[in-house]
Amino acid sequence: MKPKVAFYWCASCGGCEEAVVDLDEELLGVADAVDIVFWPVALDFKEKDVAAMPDGSILASFINGAIRNSHQQEMAELLRAKSLVVVAFGICAQLGGIPGLANLSDAKGILAEVYRDGVTPARRYSENGYSLSLPEFFDTVVALDRVIQVDYYLPGCPPTPNLIRDAVHALLAPELPPKGAVLAPDHALCEQCPRKDSRPEKLLVKEFVRPHQVVADQQTCLLAQGLVCLGPGTRAGCNALCIRGNMPCTGCFGPTSRVRDYGAKALSAIASVIESNDESQIERALEAVPDPVGTFYRYSLPSSMLGRRRME
Amino acid sequence: MPEVFEPKIVAFFCNWCTYLAADLAGTSRIKHAPNARVIRVMCSGRVDPQFVLDAFAKGADGVLIGGCHPGDCHYQEGNYKALRRVALLRRLLKQMGIEEERFRLEWISAAEGERVKTVINDMVEKLRALGPRVQPVRKEVA
Repeated sequence: MKPKVAFYWCASCGGCEEAVVDLDEELLGVADAVDIVFWPVALDFKEKDVAAMPDGSILASFINGAIRNSHQQEMAELLRAKSLVVVAFGICAQLGGIPGLANLSDAKGILAEVYRDGVTPARRYSENGYSLSLPEFFDTVVALDRVIQVDYYLPGCPPTPNLIRDAVHALLAPELPPKGAVLAPDHALCEQCPRKDSRPEKLLVKEFVRPHQVVADQQTCLLAQGLVCLGPGTRAGCNALCIRGNMPCTGCFGPTSRVRDYGAKALSAIASVIESNDESQIERALEAVPDPVGTFYRYSLPSSMLGRRRME
Repeated sequence: MPEVFEPKIVAFFCNWCTYLAADLAGTSRIKHAPNARVIRVMCSGRVDPQFVLDAFAKGADGVLIGGCHPGDCHYQEGNYKALRRVALLRRLLKQMGIEEERFRLEWISAAEGERVKTVINDMVEKLRALGPRVQPVRKEVA
C-alpha cells in the first residue's frame, strides 16, 4: 500500500497550492509514490472522509496558511490526529506570514474596516428551524505550531519546487530528518546571491531608496545600492529568485536557526548600514522605511517576541 | 489608599560609562527610584534589538539603554551603532502600540552619577503616568 498524504490550506492566498502544481510533471512522480487522500483545492474528499480515517493513518499532512479562525484550528487538530508527520508548508504556516500582519489590528477592527457601516456577519443565524453558524474569527493570527505540534517546516512564500521535492524525498527516506527541522539551508541568503561578489567589504549607505524610485543596476548588491534587501537576515533556499528579478529580498524564508526574532535581526542589519553618526541624518535616511513592521515582520509578526500590537 | 504603580524598567548599561555612573551614584549615596533592573553589557552597541523586545514581551514597562557620550565609546563607535538601531526600533515599537516614553536611549558618562538619578526618576515618573503595559497573552500548544 502506498503511503497516504494530505494537503490543507488555512489562512493563505493559494500560492502554496500553486507551488505544489509547479512541480509540473514531477507531481506525477509524487502522485505515483503516494496516495493523496485529502486536498480540498484539487480533489473531492470531504472533512468527514478524513474524520473517518483511523488515527495516524496518514503519513504526512502538508498544511499551509496561518490560523486565524476556529475552523482552521479544528482542521489542523483533525489532521494532526490522523497524521504521523505534520509539515508546516510555507511561511504562513511556519511563522504567520502576510495574514499575520492582521495582528496590528483585532477582529473588531478588521470587521469594521471591511464592512464599514454595512451588514456584518453574525456567527449564528436561525430561520424556519434551520440554523447556520460561522467559525469564530480570532483577534490574533497564530502560526500552525501554536495550535498543534509541527514536525517539519518548509519556509517560503511559497516554498520553491526544489525545496518541496527535497522535502518529499526526505520524508520518504528510511531515516527522517530531526524533528522540528526547517527543511532548507541554515545560512543567510547572501551566500546564495549571484551578486555576492559585488557586496563591499564595509557596506554603508547614505540613504535608502524604495524599489519604485530607482532602476536598480542588475549586477551590484541591492543593499549597496540603498535598497532595503533583507538577504543578510534571511534563510537561504530560494536561490535568490527575487534578486535575480532585480527586486530586493523581503524575507519570506524567515530567519536562520540562530535567530529568535526575525524582525529584530533584520532591523539590526538594515540600521547598521546607515553611514551617519548624526541623529537627524539617521532619521532622514529612515524615511525610506515608512513601515518598519510591514518591512521587517512582513512574514513573521505572529511569531515575533511581541506577537501582536497591543489590544486597544 | 490606592496602591502606587511601580513600573519595572530593564536598564542595559554599558560597562565603561553608564554602569560606572550607576556605581558612582551608589558610592556617592545618591538616592534614586529603585525601579530599574540594571543589566551590564560591554557596550550599548551590544544591545541586540531582540533584548529590548524580549524585555517588553516578558512584561517590562520600560527599557532604558545607557551608553557613553558620542565620541567617547570605548570601542570607538559602538554607541553610534546603538543610535542607529534605536532610531529604527523606536519606529517599530510605536507601530506595535508601545509608547515612545517606554523606550529610551541616554548617554551617561562615568562621572555623571547625578544624571543616573535624574534619568531613572524621570522615566519612572513618566511610566507611572502611562500606567502598566499590558502584554497580550500568547497562545501555547496544549
